[in-house]
Amino acid sequence: MAASCVSCCAALSCRLFLGGRVNLARRQVLWKAAAAELQTVFGSQILRLRHTTVVTTKKNVASLRCETYTVDFIKKQIEEFNLGKRHLANMMGEDPETFTQEDIDRAIAYLFPSGLFEKRARPIMKHPEQIFPKQKATQWGEDGRPFHFLFYTGKQSYYSLMHDAYGKLLNLEKHKNELQAKGLFSEEAKTKDLIGSRWLIKEELEEMLVEKLSDQDYAQFIRLLERLLTLQCGAAEKEFLQSFRRSVTIQSKKQLIEPVQYDEQGMAFSTSEGKRKSAKAEAVVYEHGSGRIKVNGIDYLLYFPVTQDREQLMFPFHFLDRLGKHDVTCTVSGGGRSAQAGAIRLAMARALCSFVTEEEVEWMRQAGLLTVDPRIRERKKPGQEGARRKFTWKKR
Amino acid sequence: MCPDQESNQQLFTLWDNAQHSHTRQGEAKTVLFVILLTGPGKCSGWPFQSTGIMLKGMRRLISKVHKLDPGHVLHMGTQAPQSLAAHLDSQVSGQSPRAISRTSENDPAKHEEQHEGQHYSLPLQDMKTIFPHGLPPRFVMQMKTFNEACLMVRKPALELLHHLKNTNFDHPAVRYVLYGEKGTGKTLSLCHIIHFCAKQDWLILHIPDGHLWVKNCQDLLQSTYNKQRFDQPLEASVWLKNFKTANERFLSQIKIQEKYVWNKRESVEKGSLLGEVVEQGITRVRNATDAVGIVLKELKRQSSLGIFRLLVAVDGVNALWGRTTLKREDKSPIAPEELALIYNLRKMVKNDWHGGAIVLTLSQTGSLFKPRRACLPQELLGKEGFDALDPFIPILVSNYNPKEFESCIQYYLENSWLQHEKAHTEEGKKELLFLSNANPGQLERLCAYL
Repeated sequence: MAASCVSCCAALSCRLFLGGRVNLARRQVLWKAAAAELQTVFGSQILRLRHTTVVTTKKNVASLRCETYTVDFIKKQIEEFNLGKRHLANMMGEDPETFTQEDIDRAIAYLFPSGLFEKRARPIMKHPEQIFPKQKATQWGEDGRPFHFLFYTGKQSYYSLMHDAYGKLLNLEKHKNELQAKGLFSEEAKTKDLIGSRWLIKEELEEMLVEKLSDQDYAQFIRLLERLLTLQCGAAEKEFLQSFRRSVTIQSKKQLIEPVQYDEQGMAFSTSEGKRKSAKAEAVVYEHGSGRIKVNGIDYLLYFPVTQDREQLMFPFHFLDRLGKHDVTCTVSGGGRSAQAGAIRLAMARALCSFVTEEEVEWMRQAGLLTVDPRIRERKKPGQEGARRKFTWKKR
Repeated sequence: MCPDQESNQQLFTLWDNAQHSHTRQGEAKTVLFVILLTGPGKCSGWPFQSTGIMLKGMRRLISKVHKLDPGHVLHMGTQAPQSLAAHLDSQVSGQSPRAISRTSENDPAKHEEQHEGQHYSLPLQDMKTIFPHGLPPRFVMQMKTFNEACLMVRKPALELLHHLKNTNFDHPAVRYVLYGEKGTGKTLSLCHIIHFCAKQDWLILHIPDGHLWVKNCQDLLQSTYNKQRFDQPLEASVWLKNFKTANERFLSQIKIQEKYVWNKRESVEKGSLLGEVVEQGITRVRNATDAVGIVLKELKRQSSLGIFRLLVAVDGVNALWGRTTLKREDKSPIAPEELALIYNLRKMVKNDWHGGAIVLTLSQTGSLFKPRRACLPQELLGKEGFDALDPFIPILVSNYNPKEFESCIQYYLENSWLQHEKAHTEEGKKELLFLSNANPGQLERLCAYL
């Protein structure tokens, strides 16, 4: 009995396979899983007594090598996580019942401060479902017959999904034909649900189905969903479609607009800062003026003798069609000639936001006038002459 | 003028009128009008292909143009150009652009405030005689390209002309100093004055660039006249040649009043013509510097007699009082006063003679050891120079005012120098105004790319 259990455990553990990638450091769980299964052999649904011998084909050896997490293992991890969460809450002096994931993150960052630059390398404590990749349970029973009728296609979840969707499509068309025959058919416009959302991307679909897909499969699926959209749907179909839509956040609402200030003579002006590489600039843009710009008290033609820098200064005004309408006074320090020009440009664009409509602010953001240029000088690496340049290669 | 240019100008006028009509729709329609009229072989194109613009940007005019129905476009295209040109003729109102940028008054003596901002043309033959040297190189290139020499009449020059017309030749010569930032037009204003004086039959003593005499001299000789000073044979002989070209007729009239000995065998007698001294300087390069010194001394002495009027025009006068980059054999630096040419020129620029005028220009561009942003007389001349030139009348030459800027653009457009589609639009002009900040030098360099 024990021998046969061991053999079936070994065989069964071989058949568990991974569906995705593992985030954490790999541990050899194979033997632990086998041990766990031995203990839960009578309660588990997966394990069933078999009388076959161990099959050591090449396939089994291959799957022996990859990581497998059994359902019991995952369950145990979840229990441990919940216990740990309560302990952590007690440690931090918070209420264990209302301890959310953000609180956990904050507590871990406090207890294990890390100086690593890569955020993903720092200590984390998350629910096991987010850490361990989703896997498929065994697809076949004790007699070796697969449960799903589409198992031998290779991508059973994908094809079953397509099958369901197409079935719904046919039903809808049949319904539509019936209505048309009776004369009760009426057109409806229903595009409201789709604004601000997008279809899921291929990676998201793969994650949902725990299966690898090809680009053509994905395209076919989206085409089918689009066809479904064109028909009138009932509530169930709409819900089905919504499960495949993800919302798109609008970025522009985050733009901070400076308030307009007024100086002694009653002139309206607005101040803001900008930076580029190591240059920092502060610009004061007056609402009414004749297009004069002074940089550090010097006329911009004398401060920037190069045309390229002056073109950079011209960009925000030219874009908003306000070339001769504003006066600017700015101070700048640090950086080189080009960096100073870029910094002033950013500062001026930000200051102009306060005189301009929301729509134009959105246009400016899309044109890239309001984004800080993240490029900085790349560090020199040891063993190379510069950041990218290698030493001269000598054959001998 | 060929008919194409005529119609072009009328189109530009129509375009200007359309600009002032405050309807965007009207603008777009008239622009389409304009495009279709300029026939084949002209530089027209759809001005709204946004990639042609200097900077990327959304041009709202594009969307407006696309909204026009294509039927409108086709209708315009079928009509004959001549009838439309006639139609345009009747629509033209107000000044034609030619009136803004050009004037037919080619005599500088008659230039008044009403000509301000307009270009007048100088005959090319005169250019060779009056300006054998002394024109800025970019202007010479422009002259060659356009096949004509046009100077803009500007306020500093007009002011100077007014002063010159009212000079009292019995008083000591007045010194006028043209100063301003780089590229504002000091040298060309000086050329304007020289043209006026040449027309009035003055004797022109024009030193094109003072900085050329204080740097990059290959051969320095110890002066024969005075052991402590240095000669510059090459520069002196070149200058003498140009002086001869400029003032041919005076050289056969003026007689020197002293005897000068060149060396043991050669000398020039009292009473002989100035031309002889000049010839001697040109042929015998070793004595060229001394010849220059003689010429300057004689002219200064004799202009007080009233036979002729003398104009001393020096461009880059701050070189006379700065530092030099020349060194002796023992690598010790040479001060400017140790150069014979500079020494004599300093004497010339002193106002101890009468019967003429002295017009000077400061220049940072060729100057040695002066910061880039220095443009005021105090900064560029230094204490020594300022004291030497004091008292003088400073005249500021500044950037273009809007009228002059417009005139300059029109001049370039007339000569088909600006080929960019957006060059004649208001937006294009605003862009150019911003990028050059109405500085004539910068504008000229920018337009060279368009």
